[in-house]
Amino acid sequence: MGTAYLDHAATTPMLPEAVEAMTAQLGQVGNASSLHAAGRRTRRVVEESRETIACAVGARPSEVVFTSGGTEADNLAIKGLFWARKRRRILISAVEHHAGLDPAQWLADRQGATVELLEVDAYGRVHPETLRAAIARDPDDVALVSVMWANNEVGTIQPVQVLAAIAHDHGIPFHTDAVQALGQLPVSFAESGVDAMTISGHKVGGPMGVGALLLARGVDPEPVLHGGGQERDVRSGTLDAPAIAGFAAAVETAVKHRHATAERLSVLRDDLIDRVRQAVPDVILNGDPVDRLPGNAHFSFPGCEGDALLMLLDAKGVECSTGSACSAGVAQPSHVLLAMGQDGARARGSLRFSLGHTSTEADVDRLAEVIGNVVERARRAGLT
Amino acid sequence: MALRVLAAMSGGVDSAVAAARIAEAGHDVTGVHLALSSNPQSYRTGARGCCTIEDSRDARRAADVIGIPFYIWDMAERFHRDVVEDFVSEYAAGRTPNPCLRCNEKIKFEAVLDRALALGFDAVATGHHARLVDGVLSRSVDPAKDQSYVLGVLTREQLSHAIFPLGDSTKAQVREEAARRGLTVADKPDSHDICFIADGNTRAFLADRLGASEGPIVDALSGEVVGTHAGAYGYTVGQRKGLHIDRPAPDGRPRYVLSVEPVSNTVTVGPRTALEVTSIVATRPIWNGPSGEPREQIACTVQLRAHGEVYGCRAQLSGDDLHIELDAPATGVAAGQGAVLYDGDTVIGSATIAAAS
Repeated sequence: MGTAYLDHAATTPMLPEAVEAMTAQLGQVGNASSLHAAGRRTRRVVEESRETIACAVGARPSEVVFTSGGTEADNLAIKGLFWARKRRRILISAVEHHAGLDPAQWLADRQGATVELLEVDAYGRVHPETLRAAIARDPDDVALVSVMWANNEVGTIQPVQVLAAIAHDHGIPFHTDAVQALGQLPVSFAESGVDAMTISGHKVGGPMGVGALLLARGVDPEPVLHGGGQERDVRSGTLDAPAIAGFAAAVETAVKHRHATAERLSVLRDDLIDRVRQAVPDVILNGDPVDRLPGNAHFSFPGCEGDALLMLLDAKGVECSTGSACSAGVAQPSHVLLAMGQDGARARGSLRFSLGHTSTEADVDRLAEVIGNVVERARRAGLT
Repeated sequence: MALRVLAAMSGGVDSAVAAARIAEAGHDVTGVHLALSSNPQSYRTGARGCCTIEDSRDARRAADVIGIPFYIWDMAERFHRDVVEDFVSEYAAGRTPNPCLRCNEKIKFEAVLDRALALGFDAVATGHHARLVDGVLSRSVDPAKDQSYVLGVLTREQLSHAIFPLGDSTKAQVREEAARRGLTVADKPDSHDICFIADGNTRAFLADRLGASEGPIVDALSGEVVGTHAGAYGYTVGQRKGLHIDRPAPDGRPRYVLSVEPVSNTVTVGPRTALEVTSIVATRPIWNGPSGEPREQIACTVQLRAHGEVYGCRAQLSGDDLHIELDAPATGVAAGQGAVLYDGDTVIGSATIAAAS
């Protein structure tokens, strides 16, 4: 029995270009910080990768700081800028990934920060007036603003450029988590005007365990990791040359094909939405109907538990996600959906289907074939 | 015929081997760990029993080794309402509940089973040490580990959807098999005590929820107040330790709790002989064995608490009350405990003890 993998937002298969670039390095020796020939060879791989990534995301090579992934990059941006700025207020959207929300909350619990969640509308979008009003309450005490480029659960795209400009009016640094946006939306670090931007390898067809924080010139967070002083002292640790090479190849390829991929995926995604609606007439599409990630479809199924739907779909070979965070393995209603004003029951009955570069019409067919029965069954269980 | 089986996996060795056995028998098995607390730390931080994050990881790892899908079901609300709150209110009413029995009745074979059936499963399997043949429950071949008592409350309907794959094995055999199957929980210690009381201190757990309420400890023979207690709910019929009686009894013998009276908040104590009962009335009868309801008196045996002694008896159902006459006196018979009737090793029915004399 084949499976329909509809969870590309969790992770997407590595692109052949990335596999090739990474495996070419795995058998090689060399620490990019060493002075001898092996070190120089490795450093060249790392620096060329940095240039490739910078070019693909509209940044300068010197603005790329490699990390172990999106979570570390978010931690570095939020903790690092908070420490460097010596101001108390952190303004962060209520729909951020936990990799953004939790460091902010930790700073509030342990380091005297005041975390103020920026409210979102029913689609999950932060309005410019919301940010403007939040800053105005005490502009001089804002350490940073963090709003993601596009939401990982419901796919809604944020007006990042406008929000960054508002922060800049007050000289406040602006961070965005662009992990889901890169490769799906046009992302330019320079044009967006943000000061710090998180990207991740495995969400764009690269390897897991590598990512980067883009840092504009003059934006200097305090380091989270101290050690050998790599990455201009902001992020110590031996650079993972094979992973970085794979990451660069993936970013380059994903960005090069982005337009065509996005066109194809949005057609496929709209078809998926139509066919789920046909099978389940009372289904509710979450997130902005238009301004959303091209591969994202997120639904609430009234009367169902998300984990029951997930289990039944898994048994039918359809792989998707409830999109909500797990605390000790127990699914909590998604903070994103709650922030969008949904009640707990609707939030718990939600599923995310996310398409990626290997998705085909057959995947959507598979889902369309089983979703009606699965929802019916989950509804019966939901009422017990 | 291959069944769709939901294997409840606690993270311990028994349920892991149970799941492995039914999967190996060719059934379509899905492992499910029941999260009984929405915040696992609030109940237990050590590795003494169930409900820890480590336990759910152990269960998941076992499922991976067996090669079956694994999910976590959040049963915290139901567990809190049907087991924890029931436990507290039973003590408050002067009875001594058995929460494991209650959990089998209300959680594993009601909430979980109902949901499983609705989702298309045919049966729920657990790692209980008990045998189930053609829907008839009987004791495990390992008398020291037998858990038929805590399953005795299940109805025929519930038992018809239950699978207990371990009843023909001893605990030692189960551990050995776990090791052979490469399950890392093979040497994990057994769980003890009450899973939702982290430190094992039941009296403190109850005091936190019911508050301190000082009252007299009265000697049944003299009628005198011989001490004070901080809450009658903290005492159980048959209890000897922790009475803090500040004077010797007139007959010089040790004192036991004879009764707990919540309305007057009185604990009555007396000599061991006064604890002896031969006549028991039990309510909420369940008739799950091979024979019909005993409207006429039958001779059988009865077990009055988990791992307790077995007494010969005559039992008869009149109305909704089960009357049990013991062949020899029993001590420490507490209201709220289950009375499970056996014919040899076979469970024939059960009821909840209401009174004993």
